[in-house]
Amino acid sequence: MSTLTEAPPPLAPEAPGPKPPKRRGRWTPYWLLLPGILWLLVFFALPMVYQASTSVQTGSLEEGYKVTWHFATYWDALSAYWPQFVRSVLYAGTATILCLLLGYPLAYLIAFRAGRWRNLIMILVIAPFFTSFLIRTLAWKTILADGGPLVGALNTLHVLDVTSWLGLTAGDRVLATPLAVICGLTYNFLPFMILPLYTSLERIDGRLHEAAGDLYARPWTTFRKVTFPLSMPGVVSGTLLTFIPAAGDYVNADLLGSTDTRMVGNVIQTQFLRVLDYPTAAALSFILMAAILLMVTLYIRRSGTEDLV
Amino acid sequence: MPFVNWLKRNLVVIAGLLTLAYLLLPNIIVTVFSFNKPKGRFNYEWQQFSLDAWKDPCGVSDLCGSLSVSLQIAFWATLGATLLGTLIAFALVRYRFRARGAVNSLIFLPMAMPEVVMAASLLTLFLNMGAQLGFWTILIAHIMFCLSFVVTAVKARVMSMDPKLEEAARDLYAGPFQTFVRVTLPIAAPGIAAGALLAFALSFDDFIITNFNAGSTLTFPMFVWGSAQRGTPVQINVIGTAMFVVAVLFVLASMAVGHRRNRQKA
Repeated sequence: MSTLTEAPPPLAPEAPGPKPPKRRGRWTPYWLLLPGILWLLVFFALPMVYQASTSVQTGSLEEGYKVTWHFATYWDALSAYWPQFVRSVLYAGTATILCLLLGYPLAYLIAFRAGRWRNLIMILVIAPFFTSFLIRTLAWKTILADGGPLVGALNTLHVLDVTSWLGLTAGDRVLATPLAVICGLTYNFLPFMILPLYTSLERIDGRLHEAAGDLYARPWTTFRKVTFPLSMPGVVSGTLLTFIPAAGDYVNADLLGSTDTRMVGNVIQTQFLRVLDYPTAAALSFILMAAILLMVTLYIRRSGTEDLV
Repeated sequence: MPFVNWLKRNLVVIAGLLTLAYLLLPNIIVTVFSFNKPKGRFNYEWQQFSLDAWKDPCGVSDLCGSLSVSLQIAFWATLGATLLGTLIAFALVRYRFRARGAVNSLIFLPMAMPEVVMAASLLTLFLNMGAQLGFWTILIAHIMFCLSFVVTAVKARVMSMDPKLEEAARDLYAGPFQTFVRVTLPIAAPGIAAGALLAFALSFDDFIITNFNAGSTLTFPMFVWGSAQRGTPVQINVIGTAMFVVAVLFVLASMAVGHRRNRQKA
């Protein structure tokens, strides 16, 4: 994401004599940019305009829709679907925190403790990507199955009593509860947390750890005062790369959840593809986009890290 | 207490390995259940060992057809995104030009946007234009969202390139075309390859954007999604396992080749 905030490109000092032919045309960069940027303008930026226009249209599928600047759609959509919005933020936020807690030790292990196993562990982190994520998400149906060994063990250890008290599970089931959805989200986006964390941890000079030790810092103090602050760019981009896709996801809520765990992505999908209520769906999608962009901007400002990834 | 001390020292290793187990558990389940012989329509409960699905991976209607559609789309999307993305990356690293900030934002935004938003807005565009949803709309969408990732991968590589190498080539009377093909391109190649690989993986496994813009065209992820409603054939586990094994073998092989090359150089 350093694309946003990079320094001007390092240009080679012009050598005397024949001018480097590669920089001959003022127009060359524009020709290089043209096809790709045109593609993004037409198929990324223009659709946003169409979506905004669709959201203020009224009409019906049979008679067609017309722009009537009907902003009430936004209000209606929000008042009808605010629980799904809240759920999206809560589930995605919880999954992001869990990803950070689970991913940090693994990234730390790969960066500092793995030795000659480093490449192998790295491959094992990336390799699951090559099995379709839908198949892997379906595997969680087996793992979390009612009466399966995992649910049985959680029941015996009275973990499920605690989680049902928190409202995360219901009775002795895990499937079709918020816990299952959060578990699926955490699993699906964990690699997006681990990779940026690893990248920023790997850059840390090992001598800093030694120096901290020489100055009588205990391991925990070293971590809190040296390692963690230096890994902040990884933490920021990891949380963004986890939270953004998790907040818009509807696959986990659909496959592992129930009608009580529907997120805003599920609503957009149903309104667009089944109910065919395009204005409402476009309004919801627009609100989601605005909310995410706002959160991301505030978060990047607050964390003060500008060079991500 | 030597054991407690050992535990304290290796706590992070144990926690890391537990996370790794969490990441790999579903793949193990997918593999094990590819040898299952389920009773009903769904393959979620273990019944008995069987090689039936492995002997007949295309035994379910539409499965291999959808796989071939996915591979075709991934191939063309990779080609398109890599070509367009590499051009943008070179322009960004090698030239100064106006509207640089706008170009950077346009490349960053698709990566910072929830997929469902891009999917929904693209569908409104296609609906408004009256486009026929299918192979082409999927391909257009895939090139769009893969593009940014290719730009990022190629840019990182080209930025770390020593400009002196190209100057040296010019000093040795290489023409601009020769310099590009014999010096610039080989050095940028690993970045381009990484971008292409990423684009292929993203396109092949994409579900959300495809689901919105596919019409009645069936890709492999769409097939899996449909089977989650109608009944999951064991064959999807076979495909999932085979892809995992092929990918790991591919990475190990390329690492072995790299290792040998390094040795020969030394």
